[in-house]
This record gives sequence, structure tokens and C-alpha cells, in this order.
Amino acid sequence: MTTVPAGLVAAAAAFPEVEFESVLGDTVARASRDEVVGLLEAVRDAGFELFIDLCAVDYLSRNPRFDIAVNVVSVSQSLRLRVLVGIPGTDPQMPTVSSVYPGSNFYEREAFDLFGIEFSDHPDMTRILLPDDWEGHPLRKDIPVGSVPVQFKGANKAR
Amino acid sequence: MSNPPDLVPGEPDASSEDRPSPESESRRSVHDLWLSGTEAPRELGPFTDEGAQEMLAGESPELLASQTGTLVDDDYEVSSRSADDELQIINMGPQHPATHGVLRLHLELDGETIRRVKPIIGYLHTGMEKTAEALTFMQGSTNVTRMDYLSPLHNELGYSLAVEKLLEVEVPPRAAAIRVLMSELNRIASHLLWCATSGFDIGALSMMIYGLRERESLLEFFEKTTGLRMNHNYIRPGGVAADLPPDWREDMVSIIAIVEAGLADYVTLLLGNPIFIERTRGVGILTHDECLAYGVTGPVARASGVDYDVRKVFPYSGFEQYDFEVPTTTNGDVYDRFLIRFEEIRQSIRIVKQVVETIPDGDYRTEDRKVTPPPRARIDESMEALIHHFKIFTEGFKVPAGETYQAVESSRGELGMYLVSDGGSKPWRLHVRGPSFANVQSLPMMLADSLIADTVAALASADPVMGDVDR
Repeated sequence: MTTVPAGLVAAAAAFPEVEFESVLGDTVARASRDEVVGLLEAVRDAGFELFIDLCAVDYLSRNPRFDIAVNVVSVSQSLRLRVLVGIPGTDPQMPTVSSVYPGSNFYEREAFDLFGIEFSDHPDMTRILLPDDWEGHPLRKDIPVGSVPVQFKGANKAR
Repeated sequence: MSNPPDLVPGEPDASSEDRPSPESESRRSVHDLWLSGTEAPRELGPFTDEGAQEMLAGESPELLASQTGTLVDDDYEVSSRSADDELQIINMGPQHPATHGVLRLHLELDGETIRRVKPIIGYLHTGMEKTAEALTFMQGSTNVTRMDYLSPLHNELGYSLAVEKLLEVEVPPRAAAIRVLMSELNRIASHLLWCATSGFDIGALSMMIYGLRERESLLEFFEKTTGLRMNHNYIRPGGVAADLPPDWREDMVSIIAIVEAGLADYVTLLLGNPIFIERTRGVGILTHDECLAYGVTGPVARASGVDYDVRKVFPYSGFEQYDFEVPTTTNGDVYDRFLIRFEEIRQSIRIVKQVVETIPDGDYRTEDRKVTPPPRARIDESMEALIHHFKIFTEGFKVPAGETYQAVESSRGELGMYLVSDGGSKPWRLHVRGPSFANVQSLPMMLADSLIADTVAALASADPVMGDVDR
């Protein structure tokens, strides 16, 4: 707990299960799926008011398989915080954080679109970058590059 | 395909079954370009309705409140609302010239007033994040430079800094200064193009010519230095691709003179023009809190009073050495976004002038042999150097396992690179946090309860680059 920045001490104390560490100069918190919304609420109230980013990473052979990384910034304290949430591959879903940071709306749709991670209670859980009738989630590691069928001549091979 | 019985007199049923059905026959004869001849064209399945003719899947009252931006004191107050069945839904884009690419806006109109907006994106999605996983770390900068094609050097800079952070490689001071110089010149070029196109959208047609004319001087310098006018692949992990041209100081003097003269013209052309003021003041308002909540950064957020600039708050590449201001205003409308970008061009010129004065001598890329190939002369005399050179360009250098997030201030806001390495020579995952993606997300708040004619002005002021949104 020594690496918790001063602005986050209260939030860290309220969530003793959450591990804080410093990775290459970034403050990283690893939270579980049940805690993440509460933690982000506490973090937002601690001055991390600017939502930056939410993205998924597929580690394939690791358990839990996916990581969701949420990036938030405190402009006044010049601090950056990354919250990592492990998502098992057998049950890829987590609660939406758009109730805390409305800006995560599009990012969660992107993670759903490309990785197939569903965000429960999300207002509009639809595909965002790919067409609605697309099959599969192409940024998953078990889908190789070039496996997507295209409409051109000579590309009639099965996936 | 069954004809009505009264039109087919006396045809026995059996002979019609022997012949191929009229449908397949016509397909073979009409589609001359189908050459494979072995199988019928693959069924494409049901066609998508591309985002559906509905605004949102689930509409709670809170969501409606956030979508319509009712908390904002907007330019146009809706005094009477029509019944829901009198609303009209109009699609603007993806081929609309004012959407600056292939953005589609789903507008719900109440007469001439916009009630709600749903941005529909993805028309330029080419899976560049997936492509990045198939390219080595050294090749990666050719990929990321094509994302935000109007500020390619910022993309390269963010990517290179992220790779160097994982490698724990320091670039020489001259390389860092060249990076600062080039990224600030790129900011000027991008803002000039923005002035040109958004002035054009509002109706200042001469702005289009002026902005592009001044930007040309910068593109010529980019071509001279990097070899290309866009998509430079100039900033690479370990430094930059080449040193500045020998007469770059004279070029800086002439570029600064051209841009400053142009800027003075724009101020007189636009800012005092009553038509311009009418079209921009109080249009497309975003509040301070909305910017924070929706992740809006860059000039749009600074026009709403968010004092956030990555160069100041999280300095990178030596930006802390340079003296510059971060302009902010509080109105958050289109007019303020013009003011902010004009001022940012002036501040970038300040930084460029400081780089010209303080740039140190030395290498333009790191001498760390891990990422930089051996010099040409060594390859002639040393077998090991030749092997090393070969290995760097075939297999690529390995990056220690880990993950990092590196942000730079691009012309449009915070451009973040979330890079995960598994210890190999290719990234395990590269996520690009494009500033335009978040800025497009804020369009519903910006446009709600305003006139449809203001859409173009507000959209242009957000400066979305679809290559950055869709990746």
C-alpha cells in the first residue's frame, strides 16, 4: 500500500481488497468485477474527474482471460490511474461503468464489439465499429489475422 | 418464382421442372463478371440495417436527460415540443461533405430543431489495432501513422514513447528536440487545415484557400525532412529516421513568417465578421462538466474551461523545458474553439522558436544497438554487425513483457497508446485512445436543442478525423 498516491488514500482504504501498485511510473489498481463500479465512484469523488479510456486485452492462455483497463485522470493533482479488471473467458461480462463515467459508453461498445465482453446495464449494448450482422469478435486472440471472408473473387475459402 | 396461372397457358408442369429455374438462368447470363464457374456466389445472408432506425436500444429517463443536454443553457430554447409522432429522423452522412469523412449522424428533428443525435461510426474501420499485432515493433510506426492522418507525427511519437518506455531506452536530447519541433509543426499544420475546412463549412469560402495555402509551406518542410507529405514514419522507436535538413533554420524563419502573416489575416477575416459571429457564438455548447464526464480533451475541452494539456500535466519528450501557455476560455462554443486554436498556433510557434535556439548537437537516434542497427561502415568489416543488422530488420527487436500507457497531446486532444508486450518482437495488444473518438461521442450533448443548420458548425468545431475514430 505504499505506492498509493496521497489523493487516493481514502478510496484505497474503503476497498482493502484492491491492490495498488506502480508499474513503469503508472499507478495501477487491480479490482474485481464486483468492486469496480464502487471503486471508480470513490476514485471519481477523490478528484479523478476526467474519463480517458477503457479497453480490453485478451491474454488467451491466462486465467482470467481478459483484462479491462480503465484509465482516468485527475487534472488538478496531475495523476493518472489505471484500474484493471480481470474477466474470465467463460463468462465475459462486467457491470457498466457508464453510470459513473458516461464517457465510457462508446468504449464499452467498442470492447463488446471487438472482444465480446458484455457490459450489464449498459444503455445501448450494440456493435459500434463493425456491422450489426458481423459474426465473432475479431480482436480476440483465437481469431487469426486474415480469417475474415471477403466478397472478392477467389476468396471462397471457408473461415 | 411462380407465374400467375392465367398467364401461362397450357404449359405442362413436367417440362418446366426439367429446365433450370429462370432465376439461376438469368443470374448466369447477366453476371458476366462471375468467372469462377464452379459454384454459385456465396449467399451474403440478411443485409444489415446498419444501426437501425431507432435512437437507442433502451431509453431510460436519465439517459434521455443526458442525451438531450437539458442541463445546458443552449442557444436555441425549445418553447413548444411536438408530439413524438411528428418527429422526423434524418440521416446526415456518411457521404455528407460536412462530416469530414464517413461519419453518419442520426438526427431526430422537431421541425428545424434537433432533439437528439446519435453518431454512427465504423465506416472507416480497418482493424488497425489487429494489424498492429501482426507487425513488429519497428514496423508499428508505419501503421499508427495512418490512424489520425492529419497529425501523423503525434501518432508516431506516442507509439515510439510507449515502446521506449517498455524498453527503458532513452533517446538523445537532439532526437527529443527534433520530435518536439516536428510535432509542434504538425499541430500548426493540422490546425491550419481545420481553420480552412471549418471556415469553409460555415461559409467563409476564402478561408479554404488561405488555410491550405499556409499549410503547404509546412507540408513542403515535412516532405523535405521525412520524404513524405503525410504518413511520414519519421519518429521511430529509438529516435527519428533522419536528421533535419541542413538549411532547416532558414525554413523555420520562412514558415513562421508565412504562418504568422496568415494568422493575422484569419483574425481580421473571421473574428470581427458579424456573419461569422452570428454563426458561431453560442453554438454547439459543451460545459466544463460534460467535457470531463465524456472524456473530451484538447482544444474542445479547453474552450470549455478544462485546463488540461498533456504537455503540461504529464510532460513527455522534454516539453517541460519549453515555455508556453495553455489557452483556455469558458464559453465552450464554436467561436471559442476558433480562438483557442488560433492561440495554440501562436504557442506552437513559440515552442518552435525555442527549439531553434536551444536544440543541442548530437545523435538523432539512440546508439543503443538493441533498437538501432549498426552503422553502414561496420557492416563491411564485421560479420556480427551484418548478422545483427539482418536480425533487427527480419525478426525485429524484442521488448520486455509488460504494459504501459503513454499519452501525447495531439492536435485534437489526448492521444493515448496502451501497449502490452509479451516479451516478443510484436506487440501483444496495441490500443489507441483516439481523441476524436471521445469528441464524437460528445456530439449529442453539443447538438441537442440547436438548429439543424448549426450542426455543420458544431461538428466542424469538434474536428473529428474519422481515421482516428474508427482505426
